[in-house]
Amino acid sequence: MRRNQPPAAAPVTLTINGATHTAALEPRTSLLDALRDHLDLTGTKKGCDQGTCGACTVWIDGRRVLACLTLAIAAEGREVTTIEGLADGDQPHPMQRAFIEHDAFQCGYCTSGQIMSAIKLIEEGNASCDEDIAEYMSGNICRCAAYPNIRAAIRDVRDAAA
Amino acid sequence: MRPLSYSRVDTVEDAVALCREPGTAFLAGGTTQVDLIRAGMNRPDHLIDINDVPLTAVEDLPGGGLRIGALARMNDVARTPAVVERYPAISRALLLGASEQLRNMASMGGNLCQRTRCAYLRDGISPCNKREPGSGCSALEGFNRGHAILGTSEHCIALHPSDVAIALVAFDAVVHTTAQALPIADFFLLPGDTPQLEHPLAQGEMITAIEVPGLPLARHSVYFKFRDRQSYEFALVSVCAALEVRDGAVADVRLALGGVGTKPWRFRRAEEALIGEPANAQAFRRAALLDLEDAVPRAHNAFKVELAARAVVRGLTEAMR
Repeated sequence: MRRNQPPAAAPVTLTINGATHTAALEPRTSLLDALRDHLDLTGTKKGCDQGTCGACTVWIDGRRVLACLTLAIAAEGREVTTIEGLADGDQPHPMQRAFIEHDAFQCGYCTSGQIMSAIKLIEEGNASCDEDIAEYMSGNICRCAAYPNIRAAIRDVRDAAA
Repeated sequence: MRPLSYSRVDTVEDAVALCREPGTAFLAGGTTQVDLIRAGMNRPDHLIDINDVPLTAVEDLPGGGLRIGALARMNDVARTPAVVERYPAISRALLLGASEQLRNMASMGGNLCQRTRCAYLRDGISPCNKREPGSGCSALEGFNRGHAILGTSEHCIALHPSDVAIALVAFDAVVHTTAQALPIADFFLLPGDTPQLEHPLAQGEMITAIEVPGLPLARHSVYFKFRDRQSYEFALVSVCAALEVRDGAVADVRLALGGVGTKPWRFRRAEEALIGEPANAQAFRRAALLDLEDAVPRAHNAFKVELAARAVVRGLTEAMR
């Protein structure tokens, strides 16, 4: 049990994409701000900062969650995965490749969150039809409305894995 | 976000011991807590992270009921086979709420403690008796399309937003805390002239479990919601219904509605009136109107009265199948 940490910045150690990072963070710092502003991992995007848009979707202990509603200090001891952790060397993840092939974005701001969700969607077994893909991807808003192309990319990866 | 300090605990005892001081609050999934702190609506100086406390199990109770740990995540509960089999409406209500990411984070106890999405509470500026008692209710004459029509007062018409709480109220769940066991109907307070008080929880009192009693008719229960978006949206009206019909007549029934009340609204008059009545749409509608008699519609939400009546008819009809 950790007791009464003062509100001042103190070292927080995070495991991100398999590597250990330590940064001086205040307890109020969100995982999203820790990634972007303290650890130079800017692939995770800040959209609404209130848990409604999904742009900040990351994985914690293998589950897709929102980095804006997670305190960085509360992620200590957990495994965090971000968009930067998907590629295999210089080979993009199949979902990243599919998004490019299907032009599954316009401005691209929501894309890393979409991809982090889409990979889990297939793992979760909820990508069997377009209706389910739309339902279980609904936590990722695309202001450009690239949804048909996002679904096409997801279908491709789903079918390739089948 | 205002500064705060943080502690992580892994036992209920430590959680309660550290949370005694005013200004201290629990942190579970964070989907409400972090959001409301950032919005300035919750103002704790110290957060007690309870995510390592082992309260995530869903366990059998004697009599066919289930004990759901307060820190079980919405998605995990929704996909627990015993929940899907015995209380499909609970599973459905959970899956129709929020998004997959939020459901992975949000705990069951936290779900019950989430606060209304009334925009006047959250904007930090408008008069709001929840945020600043005595300042007035901006929703009364404001934009109130999403607000409650039942259980309102002249001080507050904010809607209770939970989906799963509707099913839990329909099935007479009991909320267990570190200090008491409360029938879930008593866990949610009506606004009256103290809308800032939403639950009868003392400082440092922690929800430990939600118990749902065995209820055979809940095996065929339904939950659905009408909303402005097809997914990831709060209900305009939602309904949880369970029905047992013998020889064409209603033998037993459970009915609760969301989207209408300042707390999850059980349709008790309808339930009582339906016993022995023919199980058909006319009887369902007549029964629904008994509870809707008390509705106080406002400028933009009067449509909810008719929508609720139709939702009841559809819910009970679907529960018959």
